Amino acid sequence: MLSTHTFGDSGKMKDYHYTGHAEHRFSPYTFNGGTVLAVAGEDFAIVASDTRLSEGYAIHSRDSPKCYKLTDTTVIGCSGFHGDCLTLTKIIDSRLKMYKHSNNKIMTSGAIAAMLSTILYGRRFFPYYVYNIIGGLDEEGKGAVYSFDPVGSYQRDTYKAGGSASAMLQPLLDNQIGFKNMEGVQHVPLTQEKAVQLVKDVFISAAERDVYTGDALRICIVTKEGIKEQTLPLRKD
Amino acid sequence: MALFDVSGYKPYSDLRGHIIAPGQTDLMDRPNHYSFGTMTQQFSVPLGVDPSGFVQSCNRDGGVCIELNHGTTTLAFKFRHGVIVAVDSRASAGKYLASNDVNKVIEINSHLLGTMSGSAADCQYWERLLAKECRLYKLRNNQRISVAAASKLLSNMMVGYRGMGLSMGSMICGWDKQGPGLYYVDETGTRLSGRTFSTGCGNSYAYGVIDSGYKEDMTVEEAYELGPSGHRTLYHMQEDGWIKVCKEDVSELIHRYRKGMF
Repeated sequence: MLSTHTFGDSGKMKDYHYTGHAEHRFSPYTFNGGTVLAVAGEDFAIVASDTRLSEGYAIHSRDSPKCYKLTDTTVIGCSGFHGDCLTLTKIIDSRLKMYKHSNNKIMTSGAIAAMLSTILYGRRFFPYYVYNIIGGLDEEGKGAVYSFDPVGSYQRDTYKAGGSASAMLQPLLDNQIGFKNMEGVQHVPLTQEKAVQLVKDVFISAAERDVYTGDALRICIVTKEGIKEQTLPLRKD
Repeated sequence: MALFDVSGYKPYSDLRGHIIAPGQTDLMDRPNHYSFGTMTQQFSVPLGVDPSGFVQSCNRDGGVCIELNHGTTTLAFKFRHGVIVAVDSRASAGKYLASNDVNKVIEINSHLLGTMSGSAADCQYWERLLAKECRLYKLRNNQRISVAAASKLLSNMMVGYRGMGLSMGSMICGWDKQGPGLYYVDETGTRLSGRTFSTGCGNSYAYGVIDSGYKEDMTVEEAYELGPSGHRTLYHMQEDGWIKVCKEDVSELIHRYRKGMF
């Protein structure tokens, strides 16, 4: 029965108190925050993520990076629900090993992307709450970025931001890397140094405005020589 | 058990095995981690809840926001010189425009195209599976699959998962022995053959434009013009396969076609 007045324990009347039924449901998901970004260049790819693990207003960890190295030429960034990120990366690692044992070769970035799409679609009715972005080099040595939605739809991009601050970062990347919405600008190809600097600037801006992003920035640079990692501090509040 | 055998009782899993061919796909309440679903595709299903409303209901809990990519408007029509497929290029995830350059036409093979509207993942997955079935058909029967058969395969896949919340509105276009073919298939299993189809948000406007400008024997350049100008990618299905026509290339191709036509 709904009513706006009811009587509390002390006998005094409580105003505007809901007295009907309340539904409590177990939710299998929670949002752990974090932002991931990937940029593909001519002969390199960069995957960067912040390292904050949060839940609501609590911070669980300040050192939980969201980039995971898959092969010497591929790095994946996963943000969303941390439990699903861990399980998904374990499953991908196992599938990579199985492929190597069956086919005697390492999976290429494009193959990993296609495989991840079917892994995610196998959970179409009970999704992994993870936003994935794969960054790496393709068979020709050119940079490649593949972005996914939680159930496996994917496409190849030049740059993509995912996670809690993605809606803030993506327009900035569209402008600076894609030269969108600018007039009379020369389209210069992106160098590795400029890309790294851009990624740092972009994350510093995201940490200013998004509560779920901050603490530190982990950058993985993938080139044909291998994967180099850098860590940079961000705002801790 | 003896009583089961005598009474002829068949557990549901056996009955299900008759309806859905074994070895095709399986619905399981938890994935088998040892096989990882590599041999046959397995789908995990949440226990005790209706799968179609499950993801939406999780979104109401604090902070959780699972938004899936959705494609928007697509258009296809048949005319004397083949089939024209025009798509826009936006994909939205909730209120956010996830991407501005999604390829919404899936190239199943050199003579078959599928469009994507509705849930992007559903379209990509099932049309990729359709591409596999078409390839197997070609290897087994030594001839290309017809458009009618391909669209029927897709429609039967959809019927198998009816009521589970899939969202897919696709047009299967191709050229086979019967000439140009165009079928509309959606997630309820509806399969319609027709001359013009349009799906997505802008479809009523698209139908208006098409109906006013369509002629059975229109020329190729008129057909290219009819595909709404906001669309960036156009595919033209011809007798010897499809060609992709980008907006910038239309003028070049019109000259080429003019030479070849008369």
